[in-house]
Amino acid sequence: MILSQFIFVPLLAAFLIVLFARKKENFAAAIALAACAWILIVSFIAFFKLSSHGGMILNNTSGWEIPYTICLILDNLSSFMLIVVNLVAFLSAFYAIQYINHFTGKWNFFALFMLMLTGMNGVILTGDFFNLYVFMEIALFSAYALVAFGTESEELEAAFKYATMGAITSTMILFGIGILYSYTSTLTMADVGLQLRSGGTPKMIFLVYGLFIAGFGLKTALVPFHAWLPDAHPSAPAPISAMLSGVLIKTLGVYALVRIFFNVFGAPTVVLQILMLLGTLSIIIGGFLSIVQWDFKRLLGFSSVSQIGYVVIGFALGTTLGILGGILHLFYHAIFKSLLFLDSGAVEYSTDTRDLRQLGGLSKELKVTSATNMVGTLSISGIPPFNGFFSKLIIIIACISAGQIVVGIVAALVSIVTLAYFLKVQKHAFYGKKGSAKVLEKVPFAMKTAMIILAALCLLSSVIMIPSIRKNYLNPIVDTVMGRTSYIDKVEPYLDKGSVK
Amino acid sequence: MQNNFPNEGMSVIVKTITRFTVWLIFLYGLYIVIHGHLSPGGGFAGGVIVALSFVHLTLAYGKNFVMERVNKFAMNSLEAIAAILIVLTGLVGLYVTGYFLANFMGVGKLYTLLSAGYIPMLNIFICVKVGMGLYLVFYYLASFKPKEG
Repeated sequence: MILSQFIFVPLLAAFLIVLFARKKENFAAAIALAACAWILIVSFIAFFKLSSHGGMILNNTSGWEIPYTICLILDNLSSFMLIVVNLVAFLSAFYAIQYINHFTGKWNFFALFMLMLTGMNGVILTGDFFNLYVFMEIALFSAYALVAFGTESEELEAAFKYATMGAITSTMILFGIGILYSYTSTLTMADVGLQLRSGGTPKMIFLVYGLFIAGFGLKTALVPFHAWLPDAHPSAPAPISAMLSGVLIKTLGVYALVRIFFNVFGAPTVVLQILMLLGTLSIIIGGFLSIVQWDFKRLLGFSSVSQIGYVVIGFALGTTLGILGGILHLFYHAIFKSLLFLDSGAVEYSTDTRDLRQLGGLSKELKVTSATNMVGTLSISGIPPFNGFFSKLIIIIACISAGQIVVGIVAALVSIVTLAYFLKVQKHAFYGKKGSAKVLEKVPFAMKTAMIILAALCLLSSVIMIPSIRKNYLNPIVDTVMGRTSYIDKVEPYLDKGSVK
Repeated sequence: MQNNFPNEGMSVIVKTITRFTVWLIFLYGLYIVIHGHLSPGGGFAGGVIVALSFVHLTLAYGKNFVMERVNKFAMNSLEAIAAILIVLTGLVGLYVTGYFLANFMGVGKLYTLLSAGYIPMLNIFICVKVGMGLYLVFYYLASFKPKEG
């Protein structure tokens, strides 16, 4: 009962907006915000109720038993991801109420936003390979349309690039799923894992690994597959950039990689080594390309490539400490990168430009934006006591204790590079000499509130590092990933082994 | 029917033949939908065929002839209503049986038109959703005018 709400509430909201809110645009924002608030509350309830259900809630749809139907599975990892996604979605929607006044077709925006949220929640909850593909496409198609929302030539080009690359890699994923299906005759993830575990390691599985790494790697924006991100993320309206960089690349990319490679395939060493290499490359290349950018949002886009590398190497280490670091950095990056994108949106809203060469000295006029951006800068660069410090420290320690000294040193050094390019933003946008761009409009209330809440969360979310809280809430999540195929053992009792009813 | 744009679209031959074929295509689409639970086909395939009958009309008679008769607002609304009805069907299943989108109606006798519970109903909703959606995509592409120069 509780699980299907994550899918039908935003889906219903999307179509209600299309039906009723085409003429009354404030109504569209109200429906979207109400739906976001509802599922945010439900995701907290689900998170705290999970332990009383033995760490897993499984919900079959349409009254059949798995593997003959699609199932929704909530475990510690997915309930944690739901909170991250819906928290960022709620704050972005709240920010968008006033930000979107600069665009026409407000109802279009909110309807697509709700569809994207449906897709992401679906990807997190589903326990079925083909269903994962379908929800991923729902999220991606809405994302393509939202990237093109401004309908300027640059935005259309970015959306087209994203759509082409996304479609090619989605086909690769579908091809991989097809191969798995032809080998195991089932689409339920746990059942696929079960049959592969009992049947040895067939050679075709390496083809599937390759297809999935390329497919989900592009969604994650790991380095050889990152070219779409610095175009697509800056072109979208700011709340959508925050959603794309904050949660979409993590849900469709990192979460799907972890769920499939750790929980279904049992974390094969060859895949972890490849992810380690790609993650390290992402950290270096993303970091150094950020320094030379002059477009505020493009800089943040390259920075996402670099930061997602940290998350991926955390998971690729495969040790308890590494996975803890990966999960923490995933959560913290969702908070501070959304904050930074919302700040860049506020700067663009009030000055109508995001070229750092034209900006300057905004700290006096845009006090809230400047202050929250400083918090975001300190968090992402890993300055204590802000949250980024803890996650980066854990990842670096995990690298060194796992014997990956070079990766550890790279992670530490690029952290300094991160500080360098964010200080560039500080100097050229908020402090330093006054630029040619003038403040044309004040930042409205809803935008300020969303930024302040995210800035407060940058500091408050460090609280989960307190040992007693970490033991109760964070360790079960790490255990879900560390347990590898224990996911299969948990789902196995629900599998119907008999003939089709 | 009065044609206010006689010089648009294709030749008289095509227009005359279209007058005969468009109904056949439309009815064939409806047949596919209504028998979706008994024979190959269903809501999606039937919906596409229904949309193609409108596309056929637009190609033969020109876009202005069709745009004069088709209400864009109504098509948009129908599409949204169909989508909402599909979700609501799922919710009724959740309420009655405890599973989302469960078949809450009796299965009936095999091979009769009124059987298979809610599946014919869902097929009709899907037909409206897909048919309207696909035709609207075509409609917007047809009504797009590139900038001069």
